[in-house]
Amino acid sequence: MTAVLETDHLSLQFGGVNALSDLSIEVGEGALHAIIGPNGAGKTSFFNCLTGYYKPTSGAVRFQGAEVTGLDAAKVAALGIRRTFQNIRVFPKMSVLENVLAGGHLRATSNLLAITVASRGFRRSERTLHHEAMASLEFVGLADQWNNLAGDLPYGMRKRMELARVLIANPVVVLLDEPAAGVSSVEREELSRVIRRIHDRGTCVVMIEHDVDLVMEIATDVTVLDNGRIIASGLPQDVRTNPDVVRAYMGRKRK
Amino acid sequence: MATETAVLPTRSRVDGFRVLRAGLIVALVVAAALVPQATQNQYYLGVAFQAEMLMCLALGLNIVVGYAGMLDLGFAAFFAIGAYTTGILSTKEHWSIIASIAPGVLIAVVCALIIGFPTLRLRSDYLAVVTLGFGEIIQTIAINLNQTGGPTGIYAIPALTIGSVVVESNTGYYYVFFVLVIVFAIFSTRLRGSRLGRAWLCIREDEDAAKAMGINTNHYKLYAYMFGAVLGSITGSLYAPALTAISPASFGFSESLLIVMAVAIGGLGSIWGVMFGAAVVEIFPEVFRSFAQARLLVFGIALVILMVVRPRGLFPERAFQGLGARVRSRLGRTVVSPLSGAGEALVSLPSEES
Repeated sequence: MTAVLETDHLSLQFGGVNALSDLSIEVGEGALHAIIGPNGAGKTSFFNCLTGYYKPTSGAVRFQGAEVTGLDAAKVAALGIRRTFQNIRVFPKMSVLENVLAGGHLRATSNLLAITVASRGFRRSERTLHHEAMASLEFVGLADQWNNLAGDLPYGMRKRMELARVLIANPVVVLLDEPAAGVSSVEREELSRVIRRIHDRGTCVVMIEHDVDLVMEIATDVTVLDNGRIIASGLPQDVRTNPDVVRAYMGRKRK
Repeated sequence: MATETAVLPTRSRVDGFRVLRAGLIVALVVAAALVPQATQNQYYLGVAFQAEMLMCLALGLNIVVGYAGMLDLGFAAFFAIGAYTTGILSTKEHWSIIASIAPGVLIAVVCALIIGFPTLRLRSDYLAVVTLGFGEIIQTIAINLNQTGGPTGIYAIPALTIGSVVVESNTGYYYVFFVLVIVFAIFSTRLRGSRLGRAWLCIREDEDAAKAMGINTNHYKLYAYMFGAVLGSITGSLYAPALTAISPASFGFSESLLIVMAVAIGGLGSIWGVMFGAAVVEIFPEVFRSFAQARLLVFGIALVILMVVRPRGLFPERAFQGLGARVRSRLGRTVVSPLSGAGEALVSLPSEES
């Protein structure tokens, strides 16, 4: 079985600092792969390398067997690797619906003539996209918010809207950067339900998360980073008892 | 998303608010169309015509500044390119005005590419400096080139002829620009409601996040700049025969600034706002002519107050959102889905009928 997304000895240096060293991970079909680790372990940098925001210093990123290392972020997104951001990046002055429609950018008609004369074909394609955007919003439980400005939504709803924006693109892999960080326990339940449903649809999920309970609950694989290195990886229950992990991460968390 | 089908109510055809809004737009357009009938005063007509011209330019710049969020301080350059291309081709080569629009557009697009390609990667403030420079370059070229008539410019530009109709009077040009404003406004609305418009807004709001949507931000910024250039150049091509003479003084930094002001006062990205802003910028100083020397001062103070009171412009996008909701609730209707007819949320929503 070829991995959907894999990295091969990926390293990233900023000046003399090794942000990531020698990371090789494999995300298989249908995985819900969690990446955990203390602050500054390099989790977000790793995501940025995967999605074209950073160019790795050495090593390779492969998506469905093809090398995508160093591709532009927009190209990576076009391939079907979609992400959310740690500090939520919504388009605040656009409506919730338009934010989601923007996620479906590549599926919308770009024929300028059709747009200018508002041709039947253009209207039909926009209508389909609107339906799908509403379906995505429904999926994350935000359909009634479609007409509000994204900037006016409370934090937890923005997080879910980001998910809807990712989903409308029918991505192959979804990368979630701390989906449950900073949300209330009610919202956390909601988010974990949505993530599980995304995974159930057959979409590969890679997720950075600090919430260990959430990770243990829903992840199929776990990779633990510390100081830009992998210190453990495997099944959640195995990782949980790994002494290195306990020392580096969970030990501190559990005091 | 095949397994998830949202249940959406079908679009209702009668909606009090939509009727009200359509009525208002028709009334506005008819009123504007009757201006030359209402007054024979050439001064008023002249001001009205200038206002229309500024609306066209502001609609063009709105794509660059309002939609894509790139501050362009040299927009008058594209206006000049259109005007000069038409001026030169019609006086020296005896082209018809209509035929000279296309080469003007072509030159404007090529210039937009040359300037835009290396510079649009820059963030907004650097871009403002570069476009400012471009505006100055075009004006300097116009002043110094023999072909452009130097500082005196080009005069005796022939009248615009459409078929067998020769447009000569102020009234005639009022209507030519009246149509142009409507065409530009519809074009802008259509763009806004398509993936182009959405991509531009995403870039304006958060360029990095826009990339995550699969939007090739460099391309889309260039498109915005080019569309702006096209609209600016067409306006220039029709401006030349309307005034019959053009000179470099009309295409300087102050003109660029006026266009930026129209967009900012009206409301970035809002088509109604931008048109209204252009009218305000053109008409306000004329109304206050009685203040004589102080009128620009009064205008300046009014601008400052406006920007403090309404920082997003007079009619920003979604300005009527609250009003729409109130009218609807009065009428006992609530909008539950974008497909049930809330056209003001998105500028244009694809409709099922027709």
